Amino acid sequence: MDELIKATYNNGNPLPEFNNAAQVWNHNFFWESMEPRGGDMPKLGLLDQIEKDFGSFTNFKEKFVDAALTLFGSGWVWLVLKRQERRLEVVKTSNAINPLVWNDIPIINLDVWEHAYYLDYKNDRAAYVKNFLDHLVSWDVATARMIRAEAFVNLGEPKIPVA
Amino acid sequence: MALSLRNLVSRNSLAPLPIGRLLLSTRGLQTFSLPDLPYDYGALEPTISGEIMMLHHQKHHQTYVTNYNKALEQLDDAMNRGDPSTVVKLQSALKFNGGGHINHSIFWKNLAPVNEGGGEPPRGSLGWAIDTDFGSLESLKQKMNAEGAALQGSGWVWLGVDKELKRLVVETTANQDPLVTKGPSLVPLIGLDVWEHAYYLQYKNVKPDYLNNIWKVINWKYASNVYEKESA
Repeated sequence: MDELIKATYNNGNPLPEFNNAAQVWNHNFFWESMEPRGGDMPKLGLLDQIEKDFGSFTNFKEKFVDAALTLFGSGWVWLVLKRQERRLEVVKTSNAINPLVWNDIPIINLDVWEHAYYLDYKNDRAAYVKNFLDHLVSWDVATARMIRAEAFVNLGEPKIPVA
Repeated sequence: MALSLRNLVSRNSLAPLPIGRLLLSTRGLQTFSLPDLPYDYGALEPTISGEIMMLHHQKHHQTYVTNYNKALEQLDDAMNRGDPSTVVKLQSALKFNGGGHINHSIFWKNLAPVNEGGGEPPRGSLGWAIDTDFGSLESLKQKMNAEGAALQGSGWVWLGVDKELKRLVVETTANQDPLVTKGPSLVPLIGLDVWEHAYYLQYKNVKPDYLNNIWKVINWKYASNVYEKESA
């Protein structure tokens, strides 16, 4: 699926299949990014990395909310591990685009197409984003994805406790 | 600031300075307000629900107006300070919110309750032009519906007139881009809002049903008036 998305993205000139392929991928990723009693905070390594790259967990949340509220039109907000820069960043994409096309590794995403929240929140996107962060986001899944990502991106020396 | 002082110095007339107008021109900023709907929120039912009309007008359009005014004030400030970086940075907010205000102002006039002519086919020169350029009104509707259904993400489908080429066109724009972004000589006649907020509460994900139905409340009289004015 990843390959199909990169291929149909066609370096910025997407082929007709791209929208559907990418949206399948984005929504699958989204369902798995949430859990019924989610929210709270990430722990251990992921929290350390977030604090390193954003200053604090609070600052990350602010950036995430800001990205969601300043995204014009339809799209997605991502916490992504950038391969080149070797750091976590918040990224917003339009319509069906996802960070795979830039070869980066998504950790969590949030759908901010209006269909994702309109029936429950009407136009109040801010309430939807805050509820996602406070009650839905699955930091367990994010941690698992992060562990896998670290197999591909060298984030520095592992913290091996001295005997 | 300097520009208006220069105007002051170069005045040729001996008439007294209109101080009120002078203050306005040094500030130079006109802001905008939400236009009233020409009908009640529920007047377009059952085609478009009163709930949608209310949210669409009072929340979405109002937000575009508010944020457009905010961007204009920031632009005015940046221009006065000679801050090109901020001026350029504001362009996307101006286009998005200004476009949202422009497009929705047209949209409210594009709609009319059935008992005020909503849905009545165009007569006169616009009716002729549609038959000439598209074959028939049905054919035009099908084309616009197809474009609307195929539009990815958020945007608008337009029936416009190219005032240079004297021809009707069907175009789509993304997000809140006004029709003029597709061609400087294009004038919008009818715009169909295909953002999900325009139909989701009522039609859910079935965008084609919304598009098929909206023609029942399209105000062709307004479109004809604009067309005749541009063709004169």
